[in-house]
Amino acid sequence: MSAVASSQTLWYLTRATGIMALVLLSATVVLGVLTSGRVSTVRLPRFAWQDLHRRISLLAIAFLGVHIVSTVTDPYAPIGWLSAVVPFASPYRRFWLGLGAVAFDLLLAVAVSSLLRRHIATRLWRGVHWLAYASWPVAVAHGLGTGTDPRLTWVAGLVAACVAAVLGAVTWRLVPGWGRSPRRGRWTSPPPVWQR
Amino acid sequence: MAIRTLTLRLRVDPIACDAFGYCAELLPELIALDEWGYPVVADLEVPPHLVDLARRAVRDCPRRALHLEKVPGRTR
Amino acid sequence: MIGLAAGGPPRPGAPGGPSGSVPATTAVVDDAPRTDAAPTRLLRAWYRTGRADLAAHESVHGTLPLPGRHDHGWPGRLVELVHSSGLAGRGGAGFPSARKLDAARVARPGPILAVNAMEGEPASAKDQVLLAHAPHLVLDGAQLVAAAVGASGIVLCMAHERLPGSLGVQAALDERRAAHVDARAVEIVGPPGRYISGEESALVSWLGGGFARPTFRASKATPLTIRRRPVLVHNAETLAHVALIARHGVPWFRAVGPPDSPGTCLVTVSGTVRLPGVQEIALGTPIASVIGDADPVAEVQAVLVGGYGGTWVPAGLLPTPFAPASLRAIGADTGAGVLVALPRAACGLVETARLATYLAAEGAGQCGPCLHGLPAIAADLTSLAHGYGDGDVLARLQHRMGAVDGRGACRHPDGAVRLVRSALRVFADDVTRHAAGHPCPGRAHSPVLAPAGHAGREEHRWRYGP
Repeated sequence: MSAVASSQTLWYLTRATGIMALVLLSATVVLGVLTSGRVSTVRLPRFAWQDLHRRISLLAIAFLGVHIVSTVTDPYAPIGWLSAVVPFASPYRRFWLGLGAVAFDLLLAVAVSSLLRRHIATRLWRGVHWLAYASWPVAVAHGLGTGTDPRLTWVAGLVAACVAAVLGAVTWRLVPGWGRSPRRGRWTSPPPVWQR
Repeated sequence: MAIRTLTLRLRVDPIACDAFGYCAELLPELIALDEWGYPVVADLEVPPHLVDLARRAVRDCPRRALHLEKVPGRTR
Repeated sequence: MIGLAAGGPPRPGAPGGPSGSVPATTAVVDDAPRTDAAPTRLLRAWYRTGRADLAAHESVHGTLPLPGRHDHGWPGRLVELVHSSGLAGRGGAGFPSARKLDAARVARPGPILAVNAMEGEPASAKDQVLLAHAPHLVLDGAQLVAAAVGASGIVLCMAHERLPGSLGVQAALDERRAAHVDARAVEIVGPPGRYISGEESALVSWLGGGFARPTFRASKATPLTIRRRPVLVHNAETLAHVALIARHGVPWFRAVGPPDSPGTCLVTVSGTVRLPGVQEIALGTPIASVIGDADPVAEVQAVLVGGYGGTWVPAGLLPTPFAPASLRAIGADTGAGVLVALPRAACGLVETARLATYLAAEGAGQCGPCLHGLPAIAADLTSLAHGYGDGDVLARLQHRMGAVDGRGACRHPDGAVRLVRSALRVFADDVTRHAAGHPCPGRAHSPVLAPAGHAGREEHRWRYGP
């Protein structure tokens, strides 16, 4: 009886932390996009947005960690530790779970490179960080594919909101003049205004 | 009598800098932005009460374009 | 003219061409009456006979005085010789050559010697003429300096676009190889010939496999390296002087020129003159007599001294000696030895505006203040020069020049600012009139300085050239 109960708890934990991790990951991506677009508000100057991005990303990884641990330790489904990092290793829902491992691997690379940022070349860090753009859609697909929860309206709505937020942020960033990104040789924002 | 000391100064690598502007937000006492968003660093030594903020600005620069250097200075 | 590297004989008839760049082969001096019999050391009479081949070179200067195998004191003696001679770099920065040698001598592993014959300055042709007419002097100097610093290799850097015309240099190297003159092999390489690619750090960056764009250095004292191997960069003309100092000694070198900047130097004269080209002059010669030797066509309003990033010197100050100290006293610099004579009929502001636009486009585009500031300054100066500037244009110019000066990784924006500041000072009367909306008829004068711009700043252009 207690084994079934603990398995149930773990099952709820897995789903809950999975949803939280996805929400937080989406928030991280949104904040990352806004940061690179030099977002700045009255309450939050630019450096604070970057700080927020970093802190939310740590939170996302924390929830992701719990999500993985609870999944693996849950006796109900035959998912071993290996399948957390090796994609498509588990026979249980092989494809969708494998996507989760892919997303986790990519996020692991991003996290490690960011922690070691000061010691690696800027170009290398930039390249690895772009993997985050790959990990997010994979994570969304994993969430929609593995669980039964997306059948619940509020979960589906939450995922839709996450997707909308990320797409909205990317649009804001890409439209010239909305975000600002001075790049070498290409100035995308309007020409500077003389201010005495 | 002049005593040789080492003072801390901020210096920007203008090639790496991409005008994020975090440094100017964290250290308005020492760094201002020009009309294009690039930092103008005051040619002053970093006073002791701002050293921590200066280190944070150096750490937080997304392009690692800000450097804190020890340069010889002179105090009486 | 036998054996000239490119093109035909000097053209005495045409005044300084509209292109603003000087044909590399016009080294006309001897035909014109000279105000003083300045000794021609580097160029001698080679412009009469064409390129000095090895035999002719050795008959005039003697063989290359490389040290014996066990002469361990020789490097120190050579550096001491260069130090006592007071030779300063002829590439534009004027850095004392002995100091560079000293720093390179202690470098481990052995440095690479890069001979800088890039000459990105369009109005300068001295290095091209030197290599076309007296390549053996430059190559001798390279061998001597390489021996003194224990160099592991020598690279001769010429603008990529000029490589096809540099067969004379390759022929000179072949002669030396056949005669076993050289102790070290020399490799000719061709970085893209953009304005800024001859800058030291840009050159080293390209040699290391990267782009010919300047790099950031915390201080000028940190040596330039390629994968930890230091690189010693010397201008071609400087090395030619070393080759002569090693043969003739310090008193001979110091016999000409002022005590604080002795020797001769090569200058390129262009503009409103009948005899544009490269002259060898003693340092300290008044600018007026250098221009006089090139036979000005019309009254000279001002002379651009140093290069496109140099300074305008008004007619009243033309008696100033062409030497570092005297020029610094009037706010100018010898630079790359460029002298462009501006006729009274032309408009100094229009010419400067054209140069400023060129300089704005020729930056590497790496540093924000230069990338954004120089085009803004050029646009404002152009509107001022053509009389359609708004009331704020002067204040804006002054503000922006202050904002751009010294804020790049290299001296390119500094040069542009210096040029514009000197124009606003020297052509002050024009400034007042133009600002009031009355541009002068000089606008219609054919361009005295009209450099051809390069294509864009795409990355491949900094590696392989246009």
